[in-house]
Amino acid sequence: MQDVNWIALSIFVLLFGFITWLGFAAARWRKGDLDLLHEWGLGGRRFGTVVTWFLVGGDLYTAYTFIAVPALAFGAGAVAFFAVPYTIVIYPFLFVVFPRLWHVCHKKGYITAGDFVRGRFGNRWLALAITITGIVATMPYIALQLVGIQVVVGALGISGSGWAADLPLIIAFMVLAAFTYSSGLRAPASIAIVKDILIYITAFAAIIYIPIQLGGFGKIFAAVPAKKILLAMPGPHTTGAYGAYATLALGSALALFLYPHSMTGILSASSGKAIRRNAAMLPLYSFMLGLLALFGFFAIAAGVDKLPEFAGGFKQFGNNFAVPALLLHSFPAWFVGIAFAAIGIGALVPAAIMSIAAANLYTRNIHREFINKNPSDKQEAQMAKWVSLLVKLGALVFILFVPTKYAIQLQLLGGIWIIQTLPAVMFGVFTRWFNSWALLIGWAVGTVAGTSMAVAANLAPAYPLAVGGYSFPGYTAFYTLVLNLVIAIVLTPVFNIMSARRTPLDETVAADYLA
Amino acid sequence: MNGTQSKRGAWSWWYLLFVIQFVAVLWPPFYNSAEPAFMGLPFFYWYQLLWVIVSAVITAVIYLATVE
Repeated sequence: MQDVNWIALSIFVLLFGFITWLGFAAARWRKGDLDLLHEWGLGGRRFGTVVTWFLVGGDLYTAYTFIAVPALAFGAGAVAFFAVPYTIVIYPFLFVVFPRLWHVCHKKGYITAGDFVRGRFGNRWLALAITITGIVATMPYIALQLVGIQVVVGALGISGSGWAADLPLIIAFMVLAAFTYSSGLRAPASIAIVKDILIYITAFAAIIYIPIQLGGFGKIFAAVPAKKILLAMPGPHTTGAYGAYATLALGSALALFLYPHSMTGILSASSGKAIRRNAAMLPLYSFMLGLLALFGFFAIAAGVDKLPEFAGGFKQFGNNFAVPALLLHSFPAWFVGIAFAAIGIGALVPAAIMSIAAANLYTRNIHREFINKNPSDKQEAQMAKWVSLLVKLGALVFILFVPTKYAIQLQLLGGIWIIQTLPAVMFGVFTRWFNSWALLIGWAVGTVAGTSMAVAANLAPAYPLAVGGYSFPGYTAFYTLVLNLVIAIVLTPVFNIMSARRTPLDETVAADYLA
Repeated sequence: MNGTQSKRGAWSWWYLLFVIQFVAVLWPPFYNSAEPAFMGLPFFYWYQLLWVIVSAVITAVIYLATVE
């Protein structure tokens, strides 16, 4: 490993200290009674268009994304760019579906997707399925954020043996846990503003400066092996890389807003209007993510993996070291400090929101539904605070004791699992036509089929679906969502005939979904 | 438009504009080529980056058209 980079480390620590203070100070921002769950866990639904932009941007475009997408471009090439169509097609869903969900949640006091499904379909078991899926899919996602911190800490030259090696990560997480506990969603919202400004500075400086250093895009792409620049042309009788690319983008987009942390970010907005405006403004982050993906090619052109000073980093972190190495190679130490702080802080924002979202889910849809049916407001908020600590501790233990590749594989499975909640949540926003038991069976079949297909494909995202001599490699989550939907549609009339009660148990009315 | 938009959150025909961006970016044969390059950036990359901006503009148009 290279020596400790003192200048970069000092700036990194300074910025970390600043956001720690900010996280605690945030408790007093747009002050509310933090003994109420919607104040602690949704920031009192008081965030306007601009704060929502920073919060949701910091929430969805995570530090891990900023490390992993360029790493994929570095290793595998063009396929990494699926992140761009993915983050283009998410916004129509945000625009059309989520203002309606926001309105009904606001009117009925719902805080989670589980709350909504419980109210809409009157089926606590369906709500439980949605809740458990949300929590299970979130855990490895939090763990992956820690990988982001590990990589930049390693790149700063900090290394140790045994317990000491993990000390920076443990400190970062204690800080995170403490300010999330005391300030709730206000902490990541305020920190997101600082983090996003740092990320934008880094991204735009690098996208201008590094290509100049390397002699322009023409030279950079000339250095990239030709087969990495474009998707492989599909052979006969298969949709090949094209189908995989498109279904990965679409499936990931459908899954994204079903994650509890996305839901929490969106529901904390102050109005449906703020959400719609953000559907037009958030693509700036997608643009930046596209630029960052190109960093993978810059790293190839700069040949950072062949430089002896980075050999240790690549050995330890694999391709995830490509971006940190590129930044170290191209920029003076003080700027590296800013860039690494952006990535490190960028991990804390989503990790905080994810732990809050998981805590909201447990508190509302498991504890209140099945254990203590009439908690006081204060008890409810207190429970959520403790659970948020527990969730983070779980993620920390996971990342310290389990190899990173399992977190990555679990996160991949998490995408397959979370997408199975789409029929109940997204279609539920528009219609109560579905029978809740049909939805539950669709969810179960989708989850089991998705998991087995992923295992059969050796935990690669694309499954080679074969139909009559043709092969359609595509994103497992997408295929199993179709299966789930077909089952829910076919079984709905069946269950309706079997059931004595024809009127659905819907506590919402059409007007609840409108402004 | 036709009165359905009077309540925000209701369906609007303007939403059909969103279909454009789905087609444009989810059909790789449209853009899986290196030429024409722009400032040395292969077509595959600048096309998709451009669509980020175009899709944001489309969304803004739909917002303005459906806002009360």
